[in-house]
Amino acid sequence: MAEQQLKTGPYQHWRIERDDAGIARLYIDQAGSGTNVLSSDVLRELGAVLDELTARPPAGLILLSNKASGFIAGADVREIASITDTKAALALVQLGHATFDRIEALSFSTVAAIKGFCLGGGLELALALRYRVAVDDPGTRLGLPEVLLGIHPGFGGTMRSIRLIGAPAAMDLMLSGRTVDARAAERLGLVDRAVPERHFSAAALAYATRPSAPHRPGVLARLATMKPLRSLVGAYLRREVRKRAPAAHYPAPYALIDLFERYGGDERRMLGEEAQSIARLATGSTARNLVRVFFLQERLKSLGRRETGAKPRVHVIGAGVMGGDIAAWCALRGLQVTLQDRAPKYIAPALRRANDLYSKRIRDRRLRRAALDRLVPDPQGLGIPKADVVIEAIIENIEAKQDLYRAVEPRLKPEALLATNTSSIPLETLAECLKRPERLVGLHFFNPVAKMQLVEIISTPSTDRAVQSQAAGFARRIDRLPLPVRSAPGFLVNRILLPYLMEAITMLSEDVPATLIDQAATDFGMPMGPIELADTVGLDVCLSVGGILGRHFGSPVAARLEELVKQGHLGRKSGQGFYKYRKGKVKRPAVPKDHGPSDDITDRLILRMVNESVACLREGVVEDADLVDAGMIFGSGFAPFRGGPMHYLKERGRDQVAERLSDLAARFGSTYRPDAGFANISLE
Amino acid sequence: MTHSKAQLGGRPVFVVDGARTPFLKARGRPGPFTASDLAVNAARPLLAGQPFQATDLDEVILGCIMPGPDEANIARVVALRLGCGNATPAWTVQRNCGSGMQALDSAVRDIALGQADLVLAGGTEAMSHAPVLFGTAMVAWLGQWTSAKGFASRMQALGKFRPAMLTPVIGLLRGLTDPIVGLSMGQTAEVLAHRFGITREAMDAYAVESHRRLAAAQNEGRLAEVEGMYDWQGKVYEKDEGVRPDSSVEQLAKLSPVFDRPYGKVTAGNSAQVTDGAACLIVASEEAVQAHGLKVMGRIVDSEWAGLDPSQMGLGPVHAVAPLLRRHGLDIDQIAYWEINEAFAAQVLACLVALADEGYCRTELGLSEALGEIPRERLNVDGGGVSLGHPVGTSGARIVLHLLHVLEAHDGQFGVAALCIGGGQGGAMLLERT
Repeated sequence: MAEQQLKTGPYQHWRIERDDAGIARLYIDQAGSGTNVLSSDVLRELGAVLDELTARPPAGLILLSNKASGFIAGADVREIASITDTKAALALVQLGHATFDRIEALSFSTVAAIKGFCLGGGLELALALRYRVAVDDPGTRLGLPEVLLGIHPGFGGTMRSIRLIGAPAAMDLMLSGRTVDARAAERLGLVDRAVPERHFSAAALAYATRPSAPHRPGVLARLATMKPLRSLVGAYLRREVRKRAPAAHYPAPYALIDLFERYGGDERRMLGEEAQSIARLATGSTARNLVRVFFLQERLKSLGRRETGAKPRVHVIGAGVMGGDIAAWCALRGLQVTLQDRAPKYIAPALRRANDLYSKRIRDRRLRRAALDRLVPDPQGLGIPKADVVIEAIIENIEAKQDLYRAVEPRLKPEALLATNTSSIPLETLAECLKRPERLVGLHFFNPVAKMQLVEIISTPSTDRAVQSQAAGFARRIDRLPLPVRSAPGFLVNRILLPYLMEAITMLSEDVPATLIDQAATDFGMPMGPIELADTVGLDVCLSVGGILGRHFGSPVAARLEELVKQGHLGRKSGQGFYKYRKGKVKRPAVPKDHGPSDDITDRLILRMVNESVACLREGVVEDADLVDAGMIFGSGFAPFRGGPMHYLKERGRDQVAERLSDLAARFGSTYRPDAGFANISLE
Repeated sequence: MTHSKAQLGGRPVFVVDGARTPFLKARGRPGPFTASDLAVNAARPLLAGQPFQATDLDEVILGCIMPGPDEANIARVVALRLGCGNATPAWTVQRNCGSGMQALDSAVRDIALGQADLVLAGGTEAMSHAPVLFGTAMVAWLGQWTSAKGFASRMQALGKFRPAMLTPVIGLLRGLTDPIVGLSMGQTAEVLAHRFGITREAMDAYAVESHRRLAAAQNEGRLAEVEGMYDWQGKVYEKDEGVRPDSSVEQLAKLSPVFDRPYGKVTAGNSAQVTDGAACLIVASEEAVQAHGLKVMGRIVDSEWAGLDPSQMGLGPVHAVAPLLRRHGLDIDQIAYWEINEAFAAQVLACLVALADEGYCRTELGLSEALGEIPRERLNVDGGGVSLGHPVGTSGARIVLHLLHVLEAHDGQFGVAALCIGGGQGGAMLLERT
């Protein structure tokens, strides 16, 4: 390196180094940020960098990041969020297009050297270069996840990804928003080489100095872009997407397919139309709400400081669906876990589920085995004295839990966290039996653990502040989103969901068909209708939680629910609940054709959730309206493109909603009476 | 041997704790666990219950004869899978059926000499995973085939292929055949039965008793060292599978001899079963015991390894026990409990006869009188290889571990664990409860 001449240009975010061989290394190092994002500032400066490179062309160019966090994380989401009119959006997009076009036209060999995150706009930039080399390590992820923010690639990525790896692979990547590791990217053709770090600079240099023909997709993949096939591919993709995301709620994937189908044969045209399409999408309500969800996620992340010290040892008591899956998740995230239950036979099924999860999540068989080795079945509870975090997830029974705590507490390390996954028992009650009640905290996970990102961090007034932040830090350690919640019956998510479930059951008894009720909810954007959700959670669980909350809030549990549980119909797990199930698949009865209008269903379901959200906020269960929304979206899957129940309330108008509730109350009973909080809660 | 060996010197060595997997019957195809899986399953609960961390171990030593192709130096594979950390060295030992005891002995010596304080030692064997190999002719042909360049030489190589080359070599059978004298292990038991006049009935009766004792031990919860073992398909294995509590002499009489057909006496019913299993112990110096506040099961006082005619390898325990007892001035009567690994009922019975036979003790062991009789109620009180199975690399560690439990249960002071070793050796270990 000593013989290299360093030349640093007058740039804020970029740096050029030229070596004796005439190779230029262009570093992106965004000022004032730990992560590189392609803001308009960065893009504008890249223009100046290109001026310099064109004026004095190097023999070859290697583009790399100077940040430990990775290559480039994408476009600047904050900037996107701030643009409200289509014209301004178009201007930003066109700036990107113009810059990337210039890169593509450079006369010398250009290589993107990718390590760490290379997402969205970052990958689009890499695609504008002639070659891509990536470090093959677990930190390297490539992808075009724009669709998750309600948009699609907008800096030429639609056309360039299709040109590079063919429409089938590229459309899949863009429509799913999934990210791939370096080796998978190499197989796709997205990068020319995936190499271990030790060969990273040699590989990048090889492409910069000895250019070969750029990668092209296979013949079949190229055919898919030709005219007659293109419409077929488009129709097929549209059908597939429709299964996951209705066009009315998620326009981006459909816009992407249209773009491909109409202009896929003409590269220049496609670029132009891409810019128009993205400018429209970015200012639409879905994208704006999804971007807001992205920031809610960032906010939750910031609520737990990720500990970087020694890895905590985890001991989970109760190997049922929740306890077993929590243990498996912790081991997947690299922690040493002991899993306890009354006898080995209760632990064994949890290990099978762990194996199923790891088979999907960990491709390398050695890493998979290591994860399995970290998950230690422990019927005798040997792990308790060594554990830093003990998570209790046994049956929802106060005596059983208290007996367990009395046995466990004397064996705990003094600084160990004692956490409960209870969903319905107040922590104050559980803490009564403890010598040190201040160390008890709730870590309330959601089912399925591997999918639901939220963990409610429940604390009582006597919970130690340090314990609370330790618990939030632990949630971040295992890559979950902590939401601090005050100990109150049902906490946040279940409490808001319950009126929605109960209302659905009440409607059933009014002879509204279940299929219609569920459809109203899914049409609104809920991931699953309330009837099917009740069946999936288990009717016995609903009854028990409903009973506990019902006693507290003075709302009766629907008789129909009690009946079914008495008959042993517990939902999906027993093969029958409100619906019948065959091989785990729901059998939905058809709606009778002569059934009357059902306009009220959606409001009856959704506004009860909104009303309960207002109550939670009034009682200070969580700190503000945004946290209610974040909890419902990440804990229950509440329609993300609606931005959460409080956001929905705000958009629809507080007074209008209160009025509609009063109207419903007049017709369907006092449960609809607008909560007192409507008068004074803050929606900001 | 011109002079007798010295007693083991140096620092005292303690056994802190141990655990083993249930022994799983091999069912003619690879079982659910590889050898390293077995050892990990035995050692994980063992380490979980210790006040120290896995990284506090100074070394890991495992006996294993047939590690899988992905398990070179299997002890290191196991140590890293257990989270002992990069800095904990590990090595694998091989002395056939004595491998598990050899691992303990090696740990004992490192600790006695002050080269280690805390060692995980034991044995593991997945006999159902024993390799099936290509013969030499096939390997040679493959070599030619892969180096053949061009069509002509390929065709030439192809012409040399003979279907007979595909006949597999069953690794397990070869492993259980003495490479010097050419007898299978079962045939060496036949040799002893012939020499000492051990009848088929005596062997079968011994086997029935072995099953009865193991069944009783299982029912009465005397196998505390067995830890449940979990596969990843939702199944848990909690008990030794070989036991047949309802076996009878009449039933066993119906079996045909398997090693010397048709006139032999050794059958599958009175031989140790082919089995998968692992056993691990924590061996520690006094310093380690104090530093970590460990509870001690007992002390490994000394050990002895002996050699003899490979065709009579089953008498190995006799040859190892005699000098060990003499060295410590102990009589048979002073040994409270015995574990002699049951490779074959005939072989254990032959050992008992030889020890009590003045002629044998004079001519073969150079003693002035017979060593004496080991009472059957003090030998293998909770069953043995015939009922449990004999995962070859594991048994030596298993009998030491179980003997410590037996001594504790009956408040005995001294115990001797011994086994015969294919190839014509014997090993014995003297234990004392502290």
